[in-house]
Amino acid sequence: MQQSNAYIITFSVILTVVLGLLLSGTSQLLGPIQKKAVELDTKKQILGAVLDASEIRAMKPDQILEFYDKRITSKVVDIDGNEIEKDADGNDIVAENVDVAKNYKMAPEKRKYPVFIFHAEGNEEDAEAIIVQVYGAGLWDEIWGFLALDTDLNTIEGVTFGHKGETPGLGARITEGGVQNRYQGKKIFNESGEFQSVAMQKGEGKDYSGEDHKVDGLSGATITANGVNAMLDNYLKAYKAYFEKIKSSSSSEIAALN
Amino acid sequence: MSTETAEIKEKKVSEALFSKRRKKLISDPLVDDNPITIQVLGICSALAVTTQMQPTLVMAISVIFVMVMANLTISLLRNTIPSRVRIIVQLAVVASLVTLVNEVLKAFAFDMYKELSVFVGLIITNCIVMGRLEAFALGNKPYDSVLDGFGSALGYSWIILAVAFFRELLGSGSVFGVQIYDGISSVFGGEFSLATNGLMVSPVGAFIILGLIIWVQRTKTGYVEH
Repeated sequence: MQQSNAYIITFSVILTVVLGLLLSGTSQLLGPIQKKAVELDTKKQILGAVLDASEIRAMKPDQILEFYDKRITSKVVDIDGNEIEKDADGNDIVAENVDVAKNYKMAPEKRKYPVFIFHAEGNEEDAEAIIVQVYGAGLWDEIWGFLALDTDLNTIEGVTFGHKGETPGLGARITEGGVQNRYQGKKIFNESGEFQSVAMQKGEGKDYSGEDHKVDGLSGATITANGVNAMLDNYLKAYKAYFEKIKSSSSSEIAALN
Repeated sequence: MSTETAEIKEKKVSEALFSKRRKKLISDPLVDDNPITIQVLGICSALAVTTQMQPTLVMAISVIFVMVMANLTISLLRNTIPSRVRIIVQLAVVASLVTLVNEVLKAFAFDMYKELSVFVGLIITNCIVMGRLEAFALGNKPYDSVLDGFGSALGYSWIILAVAFFRELLGSGSVFGVQIYDGISSVFGGEFSLATNGLMVSPVGAFIILGLIIWVQRTKTGYVEH
């Protein structure tokens, strides 16, 4: 049966409108829930740098948010280590809302760098770790992560990595706890006090426990590992001024770095 | 396939809810007319998502939902859809449903969403979905179409779950994230450990498993391609 052009056009228009309404309605309805899910996910990743994955898994979503509010304060710094409180339009900047992917496209000097301070419960002065955000490119798509430094601002307390499309079982293994734990205890400054990032080595299964700046690599995922190395190097370098700023101020300032 | 479309007869007496013909709509695609092993459709997602059981299960549920709803919608509209733009209409319906699934996953199962979102999007291009719409839903009543979509999706689901079972077991030593290999090692003592096979984690592993399943099935059913 051949229908007239008018019929086809009317049918298409109605179909488009109905489907459009359905989809925009759903998105309106689910929007707030999705926003919460994204927020929870970000906070989980931030906490993942200082907590064990099993500890986080044991907590319910509400508990995670509560724990986060109690134990984390955040701020945003620029490449010179100065705190930024307002953006160009004079609005308050919230570290959790800084879009690292968007900032990545800007020149390093213009980027905003979020800092999350993990402190003892109820006492903001008593910092336990400084968490910084890192971002870069893996083999297929973007990779990102959070890295927690001890209060000496040198020793890595923990990392979490995330990725969008790395190969499952190969590059995607950067999200595994076993791989992330390899970074614990590594250092970002060498003995003479100069910055030296931590790098995954080629090959897997070697023991690098004596080396401060080397981490066992990922077999079959050298390009992802290189991406991780570049990401850490780029961002830790950018945060260096901030680290040194806190260090150079009297040691009691480290505790009071809020 | 086309035999089913030709089969529709107007019946005066209402048919039983699960008559023999309707049962066949569901049971045929499980083995004898399986979309993956016989028709060899939907292979791309069968290879991609099957590294682990859990995402595979979510994928299977998503495909079942999309196929049933798409078949139902197209079947309800079958007499009004202009034949010249029917493919676009099917595509629009399927794409909308897939977007719905994606949004729901993002809201309620964010971890799964992160892992699966690309592949859920690719359900749109899954040949099984469009194939059933074109071959069945356009020419059959809504209830039959729902059964047909459910059957085909189920046929797809059990195959990808079977593939995922072997891939996760052999590749990661676990099933549904529960470590099986570690358990076996602890039974036999510390010296005894099973090595996982990295090949199973890559898509190549899925090809091998799928090939074996097709081989076993065709040996048993005696199916030969013409």
